[in-house]
Amino acid sequence: MVKPTKVTNAIRALRFAHGELTQAQLAEAVGVTRQTIIAIEQGKYSPSLELAFQIANVFGVPLDEVFQYPAESAASASGGAR
Amino acid sequence: MAYEEKGAWVGLIVGIITFIVYLSVLLTRAAGGPLEQTPYVDAMLWSIGAGIVAVIIVTILVSIATHRDGTQTDIRDKQISARAEFTSRGLLILGALAALVLAMLEADYFWIAHAIFLGFILAGILEGVTKVALYRGGVPAW
Repeated sequence: MVKPTKVTNAIRALRFAHGELTQAQLAEAVGVTRQTIIAIEQGKYSPSLELAFQIANVFGVPLDEVFQYPAESAASASGGAR
Repeated sequence: MAYEEKGAWVGLIVGIITFIVYLSVLLTRAAGGPLEQTPYVDAMLWSIGAGIVAVIIVTILVSIATHRDGTQTDIRDKQISARAEFTSRGLLILGALAALVLAMLEADYFWIAHAIFLGFILAGILEGVTKVALYRGGVPAW
């Protein structure tokens, strides 16, 4: 069963805060297509953990400053794992 | 548009056209008569061959026309491709199973060939539809 992603991100804001980095430049820096960066920004695609770290590294910030996950969902997910 | 998305559109459109053309040829030849007595082998082989060649040529032409977009692929393309294959695999298996059952029932070769062909074509179309839907609508979590 497929579920919509709950991961949100601040890539767009971070790009502008880092000298108006373009989507193409960010894509090139992390080795993906510009369309993938667009999809991530729009919440249409959840990147792999490795790609998420690569994006955070480009901005020089911790991962959770780039990607966020709703605390409510995270709590219920950890509760369900017990 | 991503290079692989263009490929998905090309495959989908060519697949649908090929199927429609093949069906038209078959039904024209049958002319209302019994389908299993209609010559189909040459038309089926031609439609498969022409479909493959058409996908290659159209993909090259689209790549040339939109060369500024590049031909790079990445992990998202691989994930979309894998999920589309996973989605369409059921139809391919269904076609093979139908052919198996028809062979066991000693059905006419016509129906056995068409069960496999239909599974092949419909799986290809479903794969294309899934890819386009994932590129357009986004890749949901499992």
